[in-house]
Amino acid sequence: MVQLVYLARLREVFGVAAESVELPREVGTVAALLAWLRARGGAWAAELAPGRAVRVAVNHDIARGETPVRAGDEIALFPPVTGG
Amino acid sequence: MPVRVQTEDFDVARELEGLRAADTRIGAIASFVGLVRDVNEATEVRTMTLEHYPGMTEKALAQIIDQARERWDIYDALIVHRVGELKPGDQIVLAAVVGAHRGEAFAACEFIMDYLKTRAPFWKKEQTPAGERWVEARASDEEKASRW
Repeated sequence: MVQLVYLARLREVFGVAAESVELPREVGTVAALLAWLRARGGAWAAELAPGRAVRVAVNHDIARGETPVRAGDEIALFPPVTGG
Repeated sequence: MPVRVQTEDFDVARELEGLRAADTRIGAIASFVGLVRDVNEATEVRTMTLEHYPGMTEKALAQIIDQARERWDIYDALIVHRVGELKPGDQIVLAAVVGAHRGEAFAACEFIMDYLKTRAPFWKKEQTPAGERWVEARASDEEKASRW
């Protein structure tokens, strides 16, 4: 199981703040996770489409497409940040 | 405590006093205070709500300070960032750096703010007469952060 966390605008459009999911064996990276979520269709396909600005953090560190994801990870998806 | 995320306002004078902590090696304090503006992209802003990612935020801010300390010869740095509902004129963020000389302190302070604006997980939502809207990230902020 991994814990998925959605923040800011993504939480609103997905209508969920967090969920625990069992990832299929072949989903081992951030890029694969995004593709897997995109397959849900609807807002997931639209918001996570290639080229859309989505940031991902794995266990509170900014991640890239090739960053591994493993059972027990907390994986957050969010828009580009706008603090300060 | 070099990093704080809080809903309450902060007192800049008291924060700077705490950062100095009677360290007489310090010859320069550089600080930046960010404020809520009453207009953004030609639309009136009535209130602003700041959201963050608890757990990651503190870690990201501490990493930014660590990087500043590696790059410049400074003694210490502080970031205080507010979250929750704010109104025009309110203080949002304080970044402050203490060092021996102004050059290093100014540069480190600007670096901290440029990195904070592109790497720390905060998001602003504005309440305007036409409704709510999430603030969009600016390409110019990425450009400023990429200078360093």
